[in-house]
Amino acid sequence: MSAQESVAVSSETAQQTPIAQKKRSAEERYYYASQRELIWWRFTRHKAAVFGAVVLIVLYLCALFADFLSPYSMDTRFEGYQAAPPTPIHWIRPDGGFQPYIYGLQRKLDQKTFKWIYTEDTSKLYPLRFFVRGEEYKFLGLFKTNIHLFGVEGAPIFVFGTDRLSRDLFSRIWAGARISLSIGLVGVFISFTLGVILGGISGYFGGVVDDAIQRVIDFLLAIPGLPLWMTLSAALPRDWPTLKMYFAITIILSVLGWTGLARVVRGKILQLREEDYTLAAIGAGASDWRIITRHLLPGFTSHLIVSITFSIPAMILNETALSFIGLGIQPPAVSWGTLLQDAQNLTAVAQQPWLLIPALFVIATVILFNFVGDGLRDAADPYQR
Amino acid sequence: MANHTQEPLLEVRDLKKWFPVSKGFLQRQTGFVKAVDGVNLDVQAGETLGIVGESGSGKTTLGRCITRLYMPTGGKIIMRADGETMDVSALKGKELSAFRKRAQTIFQDPYSSLNPRMTVLQTVGEPLLVNNVAKGKELEDRVTEIILQVGLRVEHLQRYPHSFSGGQRQRIGIARAMVLNPKLVVADEPVSALDVSIQAQILNLLLDLQQKYQLTYLFISHAMSVVRYVSDRIAVMYAGKLVELGPKQELLSHPKHPYTEALLAAVPKTSQRKRGMRLVSAGEPPDLANLPKGCVFVSRCKYAAEICQEQAPVLRPLGSDSFVSCHLAESLTLQGI
Repeated sequence: MSAQESVAVSSETAQQTPIAQKKRSAEERYYYASQRELIWWRFTRHKAAVFGAVVLIVLYLCALFADFLSPYSMDTRFEGYQAAPPTPIHWIRPDGGFQPYIYGLQRKLDQKTFKWIYTEDTSKLYPLRFFVRGEEYKFLGLFKTNIHLFGVEGAPIFVFGTDRLSRDLFSRIWAGARISLSIGLVGVFISFTLGVILGGISGYFGGVVDDAIQRVIDFLLAIPGLPLWMTLSAALPRDWPTLKMYFAITIILSVLGWTGLARVVRGKILQLREEDYTLAAIGAGASDWRIITRHLLPGFTSHLIVSITFSIPAMILNETALSFIGLGIQPPAVSWGTLLQDAQNLTAVAQQPWLLIPALFVIATVILFNFVGDGLRDAADPYQR
Repeated sequence: MANHTQEPLLEVRDLKKWFPVSKGFLQRQTGFVKAVDGVNLDVQAGETLGIVGESGSGKTTLGRCITRLYMPTGGKIIMRADGETMDVSALKGKELSAFRKRAQTIFQDPYSSLNPRMTVLQTVGEPLLVNNVAKGKELEDRVTEIILQVGLRVEHLQRYPHSFSGGQRQRIGIARAMVLNPKLVVADEPVSALDVSIQAQILNLLLDLQQKYQLTYLFISHAMSVVRYVSDRIAVMYAGKLVELGPKQELLSHPKHPYTEALLAAVPKTSQRKRGMRLVSAGEPPDLANLPKGCVFVSRCKYAAEICQEQAPVLRPLGSDSFVSCHLAESLTLQGI
């Protein structure tokens, strides 16, 4: 408990003590701490989890402000810059001053390999500027603006290079992040709703209902996931608009996703239903509704959050896999999976390795989610004897 | 069945609680575990009836049927309080709620009996809140009053269970049982999870509260030493049945059932003189899903005769105020303490 002494006390717990401010010891604070605060304290001690949570929040914010963050829109083509490598950014000017700048690119065709060779044209430098005016977009869908975080006037800047259709990969990755990162949340939300309701019914009422739901889960778990998703998404009309497609794919991914959660919920309810404090609430005359909402559900919300944290990355991976084989999100919509489609053939990977950068984002996101999940699990477990 | 002129507070008649046993893939029901099987007893207002027996003898199940935490499989429980007569196993809705205000339970495990996510105020106040007895400031006042009674302090109100010791947690559990001002309190092994030094404090607290509020206790324990400290009468349970029931002194000094004798022999002795006479009752209690035809204790009874194998004894009066369920009770001279 001593390690909690270093943690700052929240203002609302402080008010409840009549004792003078200075005398209040850390132990005292611990006594008045709710379960949520205890979990939070333990979570903040888990360095990797805190790091993961912070970086994930930054990632999600970047996805949210993708239009502002990226210098170009995801569909802008730069004629003459097909499959260009990442633009090198220079920091020290030839005359010695500090300023980030780039050179323009020249290309010529290699007559032997028929590959475009890009070289820097060092005759003129283009300074990197912040809050520049560029292409117009709608900021968060609210109002029109044309200010981008950074940009270069006079020459294009490709932080992560371009694809074969000469579009800026950096801008496309952030556009793709919107779909890839949010599909995990939306999909898990659907799985979560299904899982909690069906698992809850299964655990609380038991009997025939329980048996029926458990057999359905057994059946769903026995279906190999990828072929089922492929069949279902192949059955979707190709001409659906992006948004409709997006939700259809989410639902397809959630069809199998809820089973694990339903099992967790059922197990927890079965366990907590036998706790003496549940019996005591029955003995006190509490209604079914109060028992479920006050005594059963709060007992495993921390567990739910942990399983959700672990199922989001699984959902992201599934979307990426489906989109990669061409059955998930369809172009012109962009997700990390569709971006990786460009890296499907060996020559592309060998000659334009920057096309694999979206994979790094997928890997990083999954690892970060697992860090956070680990931290949450460690923080939530000790009180679930 | 008792000789008292006054009507008993609680009458339990032929009470049964059978748990179904199911097996196999299709969950076919293959039988019952007869946790409580035909129990008869009366509890007088204001007395403490101790119920003693080993683990699995059905004590807890009996207590939970009486407070309607479990629905009995068969038999009757009649409770008389404030001029009303209630058939406990048939209660529903409002009447059940009225009954719950009069019969409360103290649980054995002070750790699992408190919701870790609720403060003392919320836990102790819950019975008041769900029965619409009090809320807001009034609820807080009543909770404060009761937690002072059980030896906690006002500043404990906003704390969560993890900040309390086992003994303090049990005090919270007692406060929750007492806050509705019940008539009958079923204390289900209230001290067996506590240190010996704390046990005495909690037992004395229970006795104080009984005096102050004229409570009737059904005190369940596996430890004869605890039961004899608090009880007026003692009932001995074995394999879901009552084997002996009698006033404390009579039962302790002149046990009438061989199982009672064995239990008494297991009580730790304090004087040198009495040591060395330990009577060990070897063997295991019978399988509750598959009870023997005759007496349930026959396999462990050193006095067993042929009739014990063949015929199940019934609880019958013997002497003044005592009841025993043994064919040979009259002919045995058993050792008490």
